[in-house]
Amino acid sequence: MAQTALNPKSSSPGSDWKKWLGVTPFFLFAILFLVLPSLRLVMGSFTNDEGRFTFANVLQLFQQQSILDAYWLSIRISAATAIGGGIFGFLLAYSVTVGGLPKPLRSALITFSGVASNFAGVPLAFAFIATLGRTGFVTALIKNLFGVNLYTQTEFDLYSFWGLSLTYMYFQFPLMVLIMAPALDGLKREWREAAENLGASTAQYWFRVAFPVLLPSILGSMILLFGNAFGAYATAYALTGGRLGIITIQIGAQIRGDVLHNPGLGYAMAMGMVVIMAISLMGYSWLQKRSERWLR
Amino acid sequence: MNLLARIRRIPFWSWIWFILGALYFLLPLLATFNFSLRMERDVIGFKAYIRAFEDPEFLKTFLYSNVLALMTIIASIILIVPTAYWIRLRLPEARRIVEFITLLPFVVPAIILVFGLIRIYSSPVKIPFSDITLLKPLTTFEVGTDILIVAGYMVLGLPYMYRSVDTGMRTVDVRTLTEAAQSLGANWFTIITRVILPNIRAALLSGALLTFAIVVGEVTLASFLGVPAFGPYLFLLGQHRAYEPAALSFASFLMTWVAMGLIQLFTGGQGQAAGAH
Repeated sequence: MAQTALNPKSSSPGSDWKKWLGVTPFFLFAILFLVLPSLRLVMGSFTNDEGRFTFANVLQLFQQQSILDAYWLSIRISAATAIGGGIFGFLLAYSVTVGGLPKPLRSALITFSGVASNFAGVPLAFAFIATLGRTGFVTALIKNLFGVNLYTQTEFDLYSFWGLSLTYMYFQFPLMVLIMAPALDGLKREWREAAENLGASTAQYWFRVAFPVLLPSILGSMILLFGNAFGAYATAYALTGGRLGIITIQIGAQIRGDVLHNPGLGYAMAMGMVVIMAISLMGYSWLQKRSERWLR
Repeated sequence: MNLLARIRRIPFWSWIWFILGALYFLLPLLATFNFSLRMERDVIGFKAYIRAFEDPEFLKTFLYSNVLALMTIIASIILIVPTAYWIRLRLPEARRIVEFITLLPFVVPAIILVFGLIRIYSSPVKIPFSDITLLKPLTTFEVGTDILIVAGYMVLGLPYMYRSVDTGMRTVDVRTLTEAAQSLGANWFTIITRVILPNIRAALLSGALLTFAIVVGEVTLASFLGVPAFGPYLFLLGQHRAYEPAALSFASFLMTWVAMGLIQLFTGGQGQAAGAH
């Protein structure tokens, strides 16, 4: 990147490089605080204790069961909240756009979604403890209404897989609403009219016209939600105090003190996360391009 | 008959989804608010809020986080506005690479970013391939840590700030404005501060408020870099108190609400999402 910044195309006239001076502060900042730190982790993953090049750390990622479990738990939680949040967010976005609800409800929902998708971390964890914790508001409500104690009579536990997923959902489905509402607006009235004129039923219109058009943006948004949950740390840490071993919490423990007794393995663990995030972002941008063919 | 037809036209399922969504939104807030009011036995009152706001530690950390947010916003504007402006005006060929960089924070979550930052900046900054030290490790002194965390927050806010500024510049004709200002004898500094900035103030404000929402309650960077910010304070408070953290959580929800409401007001309903999850 430094090189593209300093020497643009060699064929361009000599005064051209001066233009690039205007963006050097930005590149310098990006290199110092984004590229170098990431590069440090990548290099660390391929370095052993003596500072020599090695593949051992990366290989060990796939051998150490506790690390595989952490990745797998993170992937499951992210996938569950991406699919659940994606479906529910879509239905909500549907209800206020083409679903026929009064207009004011739409702006109320969009505003609320903007707030909720930004409401995360420690306050969100505390809010869910007050809601679904052992003495939480909803826990008490369910006990009074149905006579069921969530904690003693069911398997439910806020500090577990489902509890954390429910908590993540609070910022996941609003994000879906924010992305899907404009996409649903992009469905053209003419398509529906054309389908109806050709004798299609509502179900046929949705399954043969609307869904195929929307599918790339639905899938793309779900991938975005996946990444959103996969990188989350503060909410999980505040909620479970580090007891639920998702990958971000394991990495946090590794930063605090070398719990794996191998710094290189810690770097490799972090790099693995970046790789998964990068793959999902690439999937997102590919689907984004496909969805722009029809919706714009 | 008429009534039946009218009932039929009510979008039943839409209402169901909407009500379910509203419940999901509101129940946790209601629960938190309800809990925060019950600090004193058998009395509903704002004692937890008074207690929480009275704590000098609260004031200190909250002020500190606000200063961090302000610094991040100012530094981001100084960095991003000239860059986006220059790309629009003179260097469209840099657009792709710069946009790519602004997307990188999505690939490098906060926990990874802080990991890398700590490993790089906990050793002294040297001139490459020599032993000459330019700067002692940033993590070992206060100003150094502050610089590091502001830089980290700038990275976290980069996608949102860049996109806001770039969208803002798309709606005003940057080229014509620049030519007009130049023909009146303005220099670059004057053009950016007196012509461009005022014209994109709505976009700047929206980017600034999003950055504010990210920074004020942020925990990951703050706790690993060990700065006395509001996020880690709230987390620690939650370890040994019950009612005050609930009160502060509810208050920070209201704060997020105000920030997002202001964005809506200034950008005309274009919702955006960010956040340190």
